[in-house]
Formats: sequence, C-alpha cells, structure tokens
Amino acid sequence: MTAHAPWLICGSVPDETFAADTNGLAVGPCGLDGHAVLHLNGVAVPVRRGTPALLAACCAACAHLGIDPPEALLAADAGRGEGSRTLYAHLAASLPEITPRGLTFHYLFPDVAGHDRVLLAAQALPARPLLIADAGFMYAAKMSGQAREYDLFTPDAGELAFLADELAPHPFYTRGFLLGPDRDPATLARRAWDSGGAARTLLVKGSRDLVVTRGVLAHSINGTNTPAMAAIGGTGDTLTGMVTALAMASRALPEACAIAALANRLLGVLARPTPATPVSELIPHIPAALREALAR
Amino acid sequence: MNLFGFGKKRRAPDEAPASPRGRGVLAFAHTAEVIRAEAALKAAGFSVRVMGPPPDMRTGCDMVVEFDLLREVAVRRVLAEAGLDPLAAAPVRAGMLAPVSLFSTTDFGDWLMVRAANMKITIARADLRIVNISGGGCPDVPALAELLVGRSLADAPAPLSRGQTLCAYSLELAFQEARRLLKVSA
Repeated sequence: MTAHAPWLICGSVPDETFAADTNGLAVGPCGLDGHAVLHLNGVAVPVRRGTPALLAACCAACAHLGIDPPEALLAADAGRGEGSRTLYAHLAASLPEITPRGLTFHYLFPDVAGHDRVLLAAQALPARPLLIADAGFMYAAKMSGQAREYDLFTPDAGELAFLADELAPHPFYTRGFLLGPDRDPATLARRAWDSGGAARTLLVKGSRDLVVTRGVLAHSINGTNTPAMAAIGGTGDTLTGMVTALAMASRALPEACAIAALANRLLGVLARPTPATPVSELIPHIPAALREALAR
Repeated sequence: MNLFGFGKKRRAPDEAPASPRGRGVLAFAHTAEVIRAEAALKAAGFSVRVMGPPPDMRTGCDMVVEFDLLREVAVRRVLAEAGLDPLAAAPVRAGMLAPVSLFSTTDFGDWLMVRAANMKITIARADLRIVNISGGGCPDVPALAELLVGRSLADAPAPLSRGQTLCAYSLELAFQEARRLLKVSA
C-alpha cells in the first residue's frame, strides 16, 4: 500500500432522495465549495451537520495540510437503516478493489451484522487499513464485541459511559451508575478498555478532552474552552474530520487527536459562537485553528 | 436450554442475521397481546419472534416478543396504531437494564441546553426556538435536527413522531424535559 491509496470516509446524508439514480449511494473524491456546500462526483451536498460536516472539516484541513482530500461513500439514510445496509453490503464487496489505507466510519445505522461483514472484509485486505469509528458505526463496533480491532473511537461523555458498560447495547440503555457529572472520564476510559468496549485509542470529548491509548491517559487538552460549543450540533463531526485529515497526513493517532482537539477548541475562540451558531460557521476558521494548534 | 445464546462464541455474519446483542424483548400483560403484537409487527415488515421471557421479565406473562432493539421507536409506533401498549422493553442480553432517566441541563443565560443520554437540545429562552441539536449517532439524528431546528418548542413535532431509533428516543426525553422546564405545552 502506498501513501496514494485513498482514505475513505463512510457515512450518510439525511435525505432519502439523495443519489436516487445510483441506488442511494454516492462514492468518489469530495471537495468543498465555499464552506457550506460539498461536492461529491458532481452531486452538491449541503453542509449542516452529520457526515457532510465531517467531510467539510476534513477537506478544509487537508487543504491546509497540503494533501489530497478524502474519498467519500455516502448513503441516503434518514433513519430507516436501509441506506446504511446498502452501504455495508457495497463496502464489504468493494474493499478489496479500493484497498484504502484508512477508513473513517460515521453516521450509519448500527447494524451489527453489516458491521461484521465490513470489518471482516477490512481485516482480509493485504495491508490492514487504519480504522476510525464515530457515531452509529462506533455503537455497532462496540456492540459487536470487536472494539479493540479499531484504532480510534471518538466518544463524548454519554457515549464513553456506554463504551464502559459491558452490558449496554446502546447509549440509551447505559446503566445510571456510569453516568453523572461526578464520573471521572479517565476512569471510565480505563474501564471501557478493560472490558473490551474501547478502541486502542479513545478521543474523549468534554470540558477537558482526553486522549487515552489502551486504557492509559496520553494527553489531556484543556483551556481555550468555549462552553457554547457543547450545544452546537456538528462540533464532534468537525473534530473527527480534522483527526482524519491529520491521520491522512501520517501523524500518529494519539498526536493527531491532541492536535485536532486543540484545533477544535480554537474554533470556539476564533468563531466566537453562541449556542445558536450552526456548525457551518465554524468551518471557515479551520485553517487558522490548525495553524495555531500545530505551532504549539 | 439457552434461549438467548448467552455464552456462545460470535458466529460469522452470514450465520447470524440478528446478533443477540442488538435484540430486545417486549413484555405484555396478556398472551393475547403478545400474539397480536407479533402479527402486527410481522405485517409491518419487522423481523420478530415470540420467545420465553428472561427471568427478570417474568411479570405474569409467559411470552415476550423479540425484536431489533434499534427499531424500538418504529416498533412502538406500529404497536400503538394497533392499540397495544407493552409493559416493558429491555435488551436481550441485559434484562435488568433500564432506559437512561438522568437528565442534565446547562444554563447559557439566553439559552437552555437539556441533555438525555447521548442527545442534547438547546432552546432560546426569548422565543422558545430550538436552536441546536447535538449528540447521537444514528442516522435519523441529522434528519430530526433539520426538521426541528428553527421551530418553536411549542409547535415542533415530537421527535418520536418522526424518529426511528433509540437516539430519537433519547432526543424525545430531552425534548419533553425541555418543555417541562420551560413550562411549554404542545
């Protein structure tokens, strides 16, 4: 595998009519048009939240880093799960042809059987790609009992409690004793690793961002905290997008996580958002935020 | 007999169309309701089956309906349309687990953020508009956000009326808690 092998980002668009001419799937290199519209093989995708926000952040970060943008595989899925299942089947069949050097999984219906097919296909590749999982696919990866096969999960506090609860099949069923403001995230991350619910590296999002590798705290990023960021839908997506871009630029994952976490926090300083700010207003600040985070 | 496959090794995907980790059970007051629920759900296209209940769900009924847990919202909608109200729902692997009931709120002054499980909703106090929805991982979350953001908490559709997944269920809890805290009625 060469550095020119693609990095593939897999997720969904919340519109059941998306890519209707191609079985609800769109695949190919993506590019950013301004800061609010994404182009994927000639198809325009508005950047409001979810996987389009992740892709927009990744494209903006790649441009700043001077590397090619990622490729994307997007399914039309507004929650019924059919689009995600189509994506799982397509991906499992086409991975040997794509041979990506990395995969980032995002808003997909947490279907364990679909997940297992994709993971088996990835494990069968001649060179194992780096595997990053966020959102619904992270839920499926944990539910499958194969979380440790992954290089990175990016949970928030509620999702971390779910990863640490060996019985919970979804954050909605996380047991109460693992939730609450007094729970120490580093302890939960350790519990998640010990119980097989965590990837090798966790980037835990919160008032203090933590990078935890195999249960051991590697980085703690605090300061430059903008509380309003917690309310904005898509700030986790911008973070995963920037981590992906840094991994594409061959940064080691723990270092990539620390840089991206700091850059994401700097977005809050640079954009000066309120709790009502849309994520698309943060994306123009990504180059400056990355520049400052890389300089520290 | 191992009804639920506990302790079994993971099977290859082609042998396991429905992992027990993603399955849940619904308990009803009467067996007749179980049968009606199975029929209604199968007619609606859901993959369900009637099974013996786990020990911690033996509340007088002797059967439960096993279903895809992630489809709980859609399953409950079909049941409600059929006039059926299950006594309880729980994951197959963890019958003692209860849905998250803890809420947290963040007061931003002009805005209030309410969190339930992995979902957050933020409301402008001045006009009760929903200004942001964040968290969650199921693909109906972005769709629900597009539907709800910008609308008033008073007249926005309840997330469960459109959502399909447990993330939508979490958002529903946060939505109703925000209505309660801000004294908003539908």
